Amino acid sequence: MIRTWQLTKAFGEHTVLRDINLEIRQGEVLCVIGPSGSGKSTLLRCLNGLESATTGEVELDGERLDTHAPGINAMRAKLGMVFQHFNLFPHLTVLQNLTLAPRQVLGLDEATADQRAYKLLEKVGLLDKAHARPENLSGGQKQRVAIARALAMEPEAMLFDEPTSALDPELVGEVLAVMEDLGREGMTMVVVTHEMGFARRVGTRVLFMDQGRILEEGTPEQLFDDPRHPRTQAFLGQIL
Amino acid sequence: MMDSHYIQVLPFLFRGLGWTLLITFSGLAVGFWLGAAAGLARVSPPGVLRGAAAVYVEVIRGTPILAQILFVYYGLSDLLGINMPNWLAAILAIAINAGAYIAEIVRGAVQSIDPGQREAGRSLGLSARQTMRHVIWPQALRRMIPPLGNQFIISLKDTSLFSVIAVGEIIYHTRQYYSNTFAPFEALTMACVFYLMITIPSSLYLRRVEQRMEGK
Repeated sequence: MIRTWQLTKAFGEHTVLRDINLEIRQGEVLCVIGPSGSGKSTLLRCLNGLESATTGEVELDGERLDTHAPGINAMRAKLGMVFQHFNLFPHLTVLQNLTLAPRQVLGLDEATADQRAYKLLEKVGLLDKAHARPENLSGGQKQRVAIARALAMEPEAMLFDEPTSALDPELVGEVLAVMEDLGREGMTMVVVTHEMGFARRVGTRVLFMDQGRILEEGTPEQLFDDPRHPRTQAFLGQIL
Repeated sequence: MMDSHYIQVLPFLFRGLGWTLLITFSGLAVGFWLGAAAGLARVSPPGVLRGAAAVYVEVIRGTPILAQILFVYYGLSDLLGINMPNWLAAILAIAINAGAYIAEIVRGAVQSIDPGQREAGRSLGLSARQTMRHVIWPQALRRMIPPLGNQFIISLKDTSLFSVIAVGEIIYHTRQYYSNTFAPFEALTMACVFYLMITIPSSLYLRRVEQRMEGK
């Protein structure tokens, strides 16, 4: 459903993604691991056009992603994105965070959007926070709201950019639990993460990146128990 | 006591105060929209609008306001072949002048919003315009309040220059008074008191607003 073809991304002289060929199928939970600066986040941002490819292509449902074309908004709406730093809208309540895009982009009326939002808040266990402001939530709660906000657009796939990296350790679990539920429900997910336990448990495929390249990919068992590439072995050896 | 110049100048000052406030408020009302448009143009993708906004801001900031006032009143009237009323020239001059400074306030406030906010908006499928309107602008507007208040005080004081085109604001009436009574010290003292009666409470109020915002 998402495909990249010879995707390369450079910021000036600095090349952060080199020749990425990737196919993400419906229902997959693809976990992307690798050291900082390996291009994981940039790859994710290229998938929904927050960054435009320098060369190569990104395709969504067989349609080429062009960040300058008018169709980009509709294509972005098909992909939910969750950020490391939550990026909730601080001037809106939790409920309004969830209803803004459905109302503006999908044209839902207030009652329908609210109903959808309440259902999602219940799903992430934050129904009682509907009228709270983001500033009054803990990090874990903020990230669960951010997930619900992305889900409110009923996306075909969800992109997670290090969703637990900015959280206190004891708040990581509640966010991973929500993501794990999503994965089990069959949501297509691409997760950039340092949570190897999550990748192993929930991931259907794991991808190891270093210096802008995909060095190795496979099932969690293959990649964690029997890594082939020496760089993967060194990386896993250091963090496990 | 009642025949003191400090008292006798008061009716003149009140007459002037009306014009001073009218020109300040209407000039800033127009200037805000002008500034918002120019400020947003300056943060938009490169193009004709962004270039025009940059020229506008630089020209106004780089020239004295007295020159701008004379330019609008005499220059524009001459160019357009019309006889512009002086009060209209005054409102226009304040609007054009304050608009350039407000454009910089708007640009600064918009650019101060975390880029993650724009990314979150765009990732949800909002267009650039929708993201500005529903995500960036409401947050930026809050940050604009203190500098806009500051601009209000500056523009209010700038209206004193309109006495040169005979607009009946505070200084115009003050000069009228002392040219007949030869009491410039008393008249000008009271004129300054009138300005301070507006500017001091305004800046105290602004400081409170700022503290409340920082406390958050």
